[in-house]
Amino acid sequence: MPFQSTMGDYKTKRTLETFGFLPPMTQEEIYDQIAYLLAQGWTPAIEHCDPADAIMTYWTMWKLPFFGQQNLEEVVTELEACHRAYPDHHVRLTGYDNYTQSQGTCFVVFEGRG
Amino acid sequence: MSVKTYDAGVKEYRDMYWTPDYVPLDTDLLACFKCTGQPGVPREEVAAAVAAESSTGTWSTVWSELLTDMEYYKGRAYRIEDVPGDNESFYAFIAYPIDLFEEGSVVNVLTSLVGNVFGFKALRHLRLEDIRFPIAYIKTCGGPPAGIQLERDRLNKYGRPMLGATIKPKLGLSAKNYGRAVYECLRGGLDMTKDDENVNSQPFMRWRDRFDFVGEAIQKAQQETGERKGHYLNVTASTPEEMYKRAEYAKEVGSPIIMHDFLTGGFTANTGLANWCRENGMLLHIHRAMHAVIDRHPKHGIHFRVLAKCLRLSGGDHLHTGTVVGKLEGDRNSTLGFVDQLRESFVPEDRSRGVFFDQDWGSMPGVMAVASGGIHVWHMPALVTIFGDDSMLQFGGGTQGHPWGNAAGAAANRVALEASIKARNEGREIEKEARDILAEAAKHSPELAIAMETWKEIKFEFDTVDKLDVQ
Repeated sequence: MPFQSTMGDYKTKRTLETFGFLPPMTQEEIYDQIAYLLAQGWTPAIEHCDPADAIMTYWTMWKLPFFGQQNLEEVVTELEACHRAYPDHHVRLTGYDNYTQSQGTCFVVFEGRG
Repeated sequence: MSVKTYDAGVKEYRDMYWTPDYVPLDTDLLACFKCTGQPGVPREEVAAAVAAESSTGTWSTVWSELLTDMEYYKGRAYRIEDVPGDNESFYAFIAYPIDLFEEGSVVNVLTSLVGNVFGFKALRHLRLEDIRFPIAYIKTCGGPPAGIQLERDRLNKYGRPMLGATIKPKLGLSAKNYGRAVYECLRGGLDMTKDDENVNSQPFMRWRDRFDFVGEAIQKAQQETGERKGHYLNVTASTPEEMYKRAEYAKEVGSPIIMHDFLTGGFTANTGLANWCRENGMLLHIHRAMHAVIDRHPKHGIHFRVLAKCLRLSGGDHLHTGTVVGKLEGDRNSTLGFVDQLRESFVPEDRSRGVFFDQDWGSMPGVMAVASGGIHVWHMPALVTIFGDDSMLQFGGGTQGHPWGNAAGAAANRVALEASIKARNEGREIEKEARDILAEAAKHSPELAIAMETWKEIKFEFDTVDKLDVQ
């Protein structure tokens, strides 16, 4: 039965919205996404959450959004500091767009073990 | 003090309605018509006739005109332009005073502007190309029930277009089997699925049964994936009463969104349903069946950019715009022109995109552009480039036609979308590099690899019937 034997079974995945279907990004790839966020003029902001509550709207803010921040390295430093402080939590990076009053982007950088 | 006297009889329209010195007011509603007159009728007379017949005029002078201030209420043809590359037709620009129209009623605007005048004998063809709605009028309309920003916040989707699919086969499935198809798409990675426009409440699947099973499919997919999901339950029905009944039940089963066909259902029904959605915290997806009857002929009817503007005023959170690359008609620049009208707060005049007027939308929320019809994973980089993030990309056959089924098809599309977004953000030219970007992504996704193999030969390359008027 060649047809059956080549057919894959699709297992449902728990995913975390944008970029949830890509393999974990390398450090360099994450830097590229942060650079894009900054180049759009958005404000970087970091949030973290216990994986069990990930579907909730509000995650806990790590400090305030980094208004006026242009330096990629400093955003990375804050992401890593948040991850060290909450190693079991998901950590996501948001780009606040004050013109649309929305988020230009939002994606999980560190996945918590839960 | 009245100085006019009554002079019965038939006058030339241009005596009263051709006013080339008129400077339009900020509060005027402006319209651009493409006119094709009968041979021998001067352009000014045709333009004036269109202005008259779409506003205060009739074929004969009547005494009761003198009881009002016709100079205030009349429409005015104020400019005539050549149509590039067309000796037969011309553009007539007409200004209407805002008081000709009931507040908040695109129904009233269209009844005037595209009413009797379209059957007028002095014209061979007439096409309404664009309307400039004054901001004063826009402020009287409800607009989208939620808008792009609120939809993103409710559904937690940022930094990318959303993904959807119309459930197939579009007719004939039982309610339980239909819900199965929905569940499989959503668990595989689509954000939403959609009722086909033809699906209302037929004998093979009554609406209440469909809503029940689809409601369960949404909840289960949300629980298993941890992402927010929806299905546009089509509440288009034969009467408004039935439509509202279905809308209430859609809310009850937990769908965040319902759907309406705004042209076959009509603008009155649409505006009412949009108001209901606003009051009930529901999103409204708008399908556009019948639009090509009205908008496809280049010399007669109403251009889709006008219908799109009217929909934004009447209310809707999503509107189908064509895909540019798929199986249905749509010129790229023209499509971008009306996509701007759906989403932006100000759109400047741009003839290269068929935009005839500056249009200020003020604070009116934006409408997501929906690309649907004959698209598959190979189109993804082009779709992301054309439509940007504030769009809903719908792959019906391109999801459910996957050799491994809906869930795998959904995952293939999600991987292709996210790979395209990632590459775009990295500064790559994703339309040119489409093959490389998708091939790299497929290394980590057997579902995408199979999808790319399945649809590699499918193209839809026919010439566009309704082209923009540019040389």
